[in-house]
Amino acid sequence: MNVLEIQNLNVTFATEGSTLRALKNVSIDIPKRCIVGVVGESGCGKSTLINSILRLLPENGKIDAGTIKFEGHDLTKFDLSQMKTVRGSRISTVFQDPMSALNPVLSIADQMLHIQYRSKLRRKEKQEKSIEMLRRVRIPDPESALKRYPHEFSGGMKQRISIAMAMMMEPALLIADEPTTALDATLEVAIIDLLKELQSQIECSILFISHHLGLIAELCDQVIVMYAGEVLERGTAHQIFHDPWHPYSARLLECDPANQTSRTRQLPTIPGEIPDLKAIHKGCIFRSRCQYCEDICTTVPEEFGINGHFVRCHRKSQ
Amino acid sequence: MVSGDPKGSLDRFLMLIYSLKRLALAIAIVSVAMFLLFVMTYLIPGDPASVALGPRATEAMREALLVKMGLDQPVWVQFWNFFVNAWQGDLGNEILSNRPVAHVVLEQLPWTLALIAGGMIWSIALGIPLGCWTAVRRGGLTDRIIGVFSVAVIAVPSFVIAIYALLLFAVYLQWLPAIGAGNPNDFGDQLLHLILPSLAVGLGWVGYIARMVRASMLEVLEASHIRTARAFGLPDRLITYRYALSIAILPTVTLLGVGIGQMLSSAVFAEIVFARPGVGKLVYDAILTRNYPLVSGAVLVTTALFIIINLFADLIIGYLDPRVRSRF
Repeated sequence: MNVLEIQNLNVTFATEGSTLRALKNVSIDIPKRCIVGVVGESGCGKSTLINSILRLLPENGKIDAGTIKFEGHDLTKFDLSQMKTVRGSRISTVFQDPMSALNPVLSIADQMLHIQYRSKLRRKEKQEKSIEMLRRVRIPDPESALKRYPHEFSGGMKQRISIAMAMMMEPALLIADEPTTALDATLEVAIIDLLKELQSQIECSILFISHHLGLIAELCDQVIVMYAGEVLERGTAHQIFHDPWHPYSARLLECDPANQTSRTRQLPTIPGEIPDLKAIHKGCIFRSRCQYCEDICTTVPEEFGINGHFVRCHRKSQ
Repeated sequence: MVSGDPKGSLDRFLMLIYSLKRLALAIAIVSVAMFLLFVMTYLIPGDPASVALGPRATEAMREALLVKMGLDQPVWVQFWNFFVNAWQGDLGNEILSNRPVAHVVLEQLPWTLALIAGGMIWSIALGIPLGCWTAVRRGGLTDRIIGVFSVAVIAVPSFVIAIYALLLFAVYLQWLPAIGAGNPNDFGDQLLHLILPSLAVGLGWVGYIARMVRASMLEVLEASHIRTARAFGLPDRLITYRYALSIAILPTVTLLGVGIGQMLSSAVFAEIVFARPGVGKLVYDAILTRNYPLVSGAVLVTTALFIIINLFADLIIGYLDPRVRSRF
């Protein structure tokens, strides 16, 4: 049973004089109680994916085709007021930068109360629930923390508070948009452990966005590899990390600093650049940077898969 | 980060420290203003005794008055006397009726304060909603119309607005009284007489504030914490007013503090056009009659008023923005 099923999602941005194809035929399934990681370089469409699910695309962005089925309803058909009933209650989000994600002039108490605005509880009970949530994310002295303002907390504490806010309404799906990128490496582990712990208690699914492969490997059950707005490969974490099918996934793993065995002055990179998404591409999107590029790669590869491991590459489907 | 301290008392302490710092600064600024005012009056050519006594005074009378006014003393003694007396509320006596300047000015001050308060109410009550509204519906027709209106009222001098408002509402439509401040015993009548002059004083600021609020709202609405609020599905009204406006309002409060200064000068015109009593009218009459002690006293009081209002603006900012008060 899947919480979220995205099928053939196409998103474009209207830019001056041309259209930018930010997502192309993206299909993703997020099973219940499952942590799904999305990896990819900057500009691969990770943020657009989140904004499409939440329907928070900028004004020039548009969902052209595809469905986003969440708990059986197609979110692309929802109007704004219907979306509001989903946001923050069934799907909630932890954003990348805790420094700017919380409102600077409202106390933590106010912000946590506002999030519970749909709840029928009395004010006092809502406050107790907020304190309880802060305790669960291990904020010291949660009663007084509630009365303070975001600038009085450190980055790691702020991210804990963000997580408390996101988990408070016990969502079915938590979207974590690079929640540890702005934090120290030592805090990273603590935040990840916290997410795992809360996820198993609340029994929600997590869509975890990151470019930190080590974190994805540690945290996620399933992994999606995105490149230039397309899903190139998806499967279980074990499949992706131990037997990557797509040349891009393989190169990505090779480039992970954690996988370097010998001392080097220069970390390996994938030569070339992400293609211009405003241009029309024929064939495989990774073709121009792929070391195995052949004649057949000028045609679009179909998705091929066995045992829940899917790839878009002619080398595999031939 | 201060930990373990119950927020209430810590926060009140921070606010107190912040307030004291602002107050000390305000006192320093008033002192500097006093010094500048003293220098300016000192540099006015001609001596006040001759002006006060007129052309037919004898040299002996003139010198007697100089001694009486303390003008025979060295400059720094004169300044020190002026400084100490002014802080004690003694601004000297005016020339025509020999009454204490402080009394005369304070008598007129409430009229001007009421006028400026009216102008503030106009500019806040119209400017902030217009700014919010155009920010939320940016790019639309109403946004553009209000934009043109804002720039227009900023550009038109307040006395022109005063005269046309007088012509339109008092003379042609006869909805509102034209001149005077109303029956002294009838508060409603006084309010009625305040509407047009305060509109003339405040209308330009409606434009300023609408533009300012719009610009800072647009900036705040792009912030990531607003995206967080949207991602939590909070109602639009809550996002616009509690999450965005409460931040976007901060530069406007500072702007309004400065705006009081301009409203004070607009008040001079408004009081003359609408024949209202007030400090502006007082200064105008005092200049015509060369009543210099009265002029300098009134200028000092309005300067102090301006500084006090800016002090309040700072305190309001400290109250609204927790980040400001903890930055000390």
